[in-house]
Amino acid sequence: MDTIFALASAPGKAGVAVIRVSGPLARNAAEILCDGQLPPRGMTFRSLKTAEGDILDQGLILTFEAPKSFTGENVAELQVHGSNAVVSTVLESLGRLDGLRLAEPGEFTRRALMNGRMDLAQVEGLADLIDAETEAQRTQAVKVMSGVFSKRAEDWRKDLIRAGALLEATIDFADEDVPVDVTPEVNELLCKVYDDLKVVSSGISTAERIREGFEVAIVGRPNVGKSTLLNALAGREAAITSEFEGTTRDVIEVRMDFDGLPVTLMDTAGLRTTDDVVENIGISRAKDRARSADVRVFLVESDEDIDIEIMPDDIVLKSKVDLSSYKENGISGLSGEGVDSLVVRLTTTLKSRALKAELASRERHRVAISRAMNSLSSALNLLNSGPDAYDIVAEELRDASQALGMLVGRIGVEDLLDEIFASFCLGK
Amino acid sequence: MKHFNADVVVVGGGHAGTEAASAAARMGANTVLVTLKIDKIGVMSCNPAIGGLGKGHLVREIDALDGVMGRAADAAGIQFRLLNRRKGPAVQGPRAQADRELYRQAVLGNLENQENLSIFEGEVAQFLLSGKKVEGVKLADGREIFAKSVILTTGTFLRGVIHIGETSTPGGRMGDSPSVKLAEQIDGFDLPMGRLKTGTPPRLDGSTIDWSILDQQPGDDEPTMFSFLSKHPVARQISCGITHTNVRTHEIISKNLNKSAMYGGRIDGVGPRYCPSIEDKIVRFADKESHQVFLEPESLSNNTVYPNGVSTSLPEDVQWAYIHSMVGLEDAVILQPGYAIEYDYVDPRALNANLSLKSVQSLYLAGQINGTTGYEEAGAQGLVAGLNAALEARGSSPLYFSRAESYIGVMIDDLVTRGVSEPYRMFTSRAEFRLSLRADNADQRLTPLGLELGCVSSNRKIVFLDKRERLTFGMNLLKGSTFTPKEIESSGISIKQDGKKRSGLDILAFPDVEFNHLSTLIPGSEKLDYDVKLQLSRDALYANYITRQQRDIDAIQKEERVEFPKDFNFRDIAGLSNELRMKLERFKPDNMAQAAKIDGMTPSALTLLLYHVKKRASELRATAT
Repeated sequence: MDTIFALASAPGKAGVAVIRVSGPLARNAAEILCDGQLPPRGMTFRSLKTAEGDILDQGLILTFEAPKSFTGENVAELQVHGSNAVVSTVLESLGRLDGLRLAEPGEFTRRALMNGRMDLAQVEGLADLIDAETEAQRTQAVKVMSGVFSKRAEDWRKDLIRAGALLEATIDFADEDVPVDVTPEVNELLCKVYDDLKVVSSGISTAERIREGFEVAIVGRPNVGKSTLLNALAGREAAITSEFEGTTRDVIEVRMDFDGLPVTLMDTAGLRTTDDVVENIGISRAKDRARSADVRVFLVESDEDIDIEIMPDDIVLKSKVDLSSYKENGISGLSGEGVDSLVVRLTTTLKSRALKAELASRERHRVAISRAMNSLSSALNLLNSGPDAYDIVAEELRDASQALGMLVGRIGVEDLLDEIFASFCLGK
Repeated sequence: MKHFNADVVVVGGGHAGTEAASAAARMGANTVLVTLKIDKIGVMSCNPAIGGLGKGHLVREIDALDGVMGRAADAAGIQFRLLNRRKGPAVQGPRAQADRELYRQAVLGNLENQENLSIFEGEVAQFLLSGKKVEGVKLADGREIFAKSVILTTGTFLRGVIHIGETSTPGGRMGDSPSVKLAEQIDGFDLPMGRLKTGTPPRLDGSTIDWSILDQQPGDDEPTMFSFLSKHPVARQISCGITHTNVRTHEIISKNLNKSAMYGGRIDGVGPRYCPSIEDKIVRFADKESHQVFLEPESLSNNTVYPNGVSTSLPEDVQWAYIHSMVGLEDAVILQPGYAIEYDYVDPRALNANLSLKSVQSLYLAGQINGTTGYEEAGAQGLVAGLNAALEARGSSPLYFSRAESYIGVMIDDLVTRGVSEPYRMFTSRAEFRLSLRADNADQRLTPLGLELGCVSSNRKIVFLDKRERLTFGMNLLKGSTFTPKEIESSGISIKQDGKKRSGLDILAFPDVEFNHLSTLIPGSEKLDYDVKLQLSRDALYANYITRQQRDIDAIQKEERVEFPKDFNFRDIAGLSNELRMKLERFKPDNMAQAAKIDGMTPSALTLLLYHVKKRASELRATAT
């Protein structure tokens, strides 16, 4: 059974953050972090250290012994200071330990259920969790796919499948007309993926990415007052405003702090049909960014059609409300009417949303890539022994593919067989 | 009209049927096997070989539970080869060329000597039903057999159609009639059905082949047997010949493609990609100028030769022409033309993991009817169905095989959770725990289960317990003491001086270390039996990987143990997406492990399902008290 961990308290700046670790290695992991022994059950005040020995933070460590714990397994709870930097470094340190991995959404609950440790009333809220998860996954997927991974992930997938297929062909079709030694090609494929992962992994640092925080896009027809609103929110002239339509041609970003949550506000080009090439690029970029944002604020003057789907958490407001006598659900960047209530709404929405999921998924990517690199490096070593060791090389490769599954999609035996049958004429 | 009573009735005497009947009878169930012709029991309709990669593993597992196939193959084997001999032991697969006649005799003999088993000759015309429960079968001659459970193993006989060139004739196997009546009743069950095809090559008269100019492939010098009870081959050993197709062969085939049943559009069924017809090979790999053809003698007692690699549905005259185009076959006589066969199968997702149908009570399906191909796949399913049908007759709960413990478990899980898109064949790559599911340890994985079930003979019990005792002794000896790198070095084994203490098993895992190197460190280790040393070396080789896999195995097994009640209603679970709900409704997973494999399943949805299962259980407990 894996030992799992995750931030158990609400995300964002807070006095105290609780990180829960559950599974056979829970106490062991906490002992490594605080570099000393802990009682099987009890509360200890300790300094937490990084693997390099630097002091991270001081905090309380609560240990529970199976079966008397929240999940029914061995549990350690680390109560540390609730800053994003501390939390993400602790999570990262835990992720580096062998046998530990970040919990999936709802996994603590599942383990508690499995072990009969949960009052059933406690899980009534699971349906909500699923909705939140689906939404988080959607935005995650869009982000990942439009981001740094998309093209690379496709190549990795292709290369891993090809390498796996070559190895499995020599194993499962040994009595057929297939090559006996596929070492050179497999070696080349795996080296390529390994080197690529190395480059990407050096670019992923959880702490770094967390600071980017949420994205909120302001969208609407041209000249509806988007830039004015952004300026009002930002309190400074971040976007150039003018009375001409199509002034904002690129996406303008302003970083803000909403009650401890880092937020990037984005002013986007007004959505309209135009022959201006530069503006069209701006519009299509605006649409992409708006779709991948966590929340969209739609500004409308009347019942206009906007070519972007409105998601459940999105906010639709009537703009330029200073010119109107009907004030409900309206906003004006110019007069400031409705701006405060928009800030409150955004803060509430974002807080309830999964910063946790965000943080988790980045940490997950980092862990996945580092696990895949380990397995690939063992596979490459073993390849030197030639066909004799293909069974173990294939095992390492399977492990690497499994680790990368969330980035490249699941690679199953059918994918390998498809490649084998497409490449070799089998059937003696 | 005659009435009979039995615990278990098995319909069909092929490889699934014989294993099923034997297994049920070994479990003590009063069993009746009904087959069209007794002398066709255990006939190999396709190539005369047993085992191979993945398949050899299945045979070992069948044998570990005291099944028929391994012993019959050993009795009939005329050429034994261990495939992948040079690769790791986890991917080595025993294979044997079998004498068709000796194999048939071995299987029949085995069944005839089996206690609790009667064999009836006849055609099963219909099931005896009581609502949605099967209570027996009625034969075409009017005999009725009542039973607590029924196993259907119809192979390719369900609406079977044989194609040779432009001629199509209904039939299950050359010379046998298809089971149309039964097929109609099965239609009434409203099961999800599909159509598959498979093919065979023409059979040649070996005395008309010029062997003198052909390459020969001999068997292994040290034959590897299938059964844990067999020591050595009994039949005379032979070699196979090898010839090749050539440009002229390909020309003849290309020119006549439109006459092939498959390319003429007369076949709708999906064929296996790993066993393409010669037409397929030439079309799909047009740039390849030659393909290997193995000439496998079918029997020591007659001259029939099976040219492995040229299965076809071309007309007979074209078959003669392309056979004659190959070296050594210039004057070869075709004894029986090759043909393609199309047949119905039941989407195996309609089955529970004990191979009983979800929608019809007490009816089990095994073999090709479930969309698989191969004797070994059929036999393994027969075994599972036989054991479970006997358990049902006994009123006991079903027996499930886990992916983590056997290839049998891998196959059944693949079938019932994923279904098939082509005839399903076992490969070692299908088993994610391949390094622990080895052919060499099939007995240690499964024979204890057999002992518990009571389906294992006393002879096997003695052999197994003795081996286990010797293995445990050897393992304890190796793990019993640990050594510093200095101690290890001084015994002559080169090692990094890292200060880490290691056991004998750890040392054995080093490349280049062999068992006899341990004799100074561990006195007595040299006296262990050869088979024990071999097994321990294999365990040592994979020890690190197996520890890593064990975590995954534990997780899977824990989820497999959480079963959904039979009447569990997935539709009523609030919070699931419609898509997931529909998939769950359709596949009706037996347990959490199966549910986890459904496409699009999310961790939270799994938690939600678990919650509902637990809630149901606690409600039941509350009502009970």
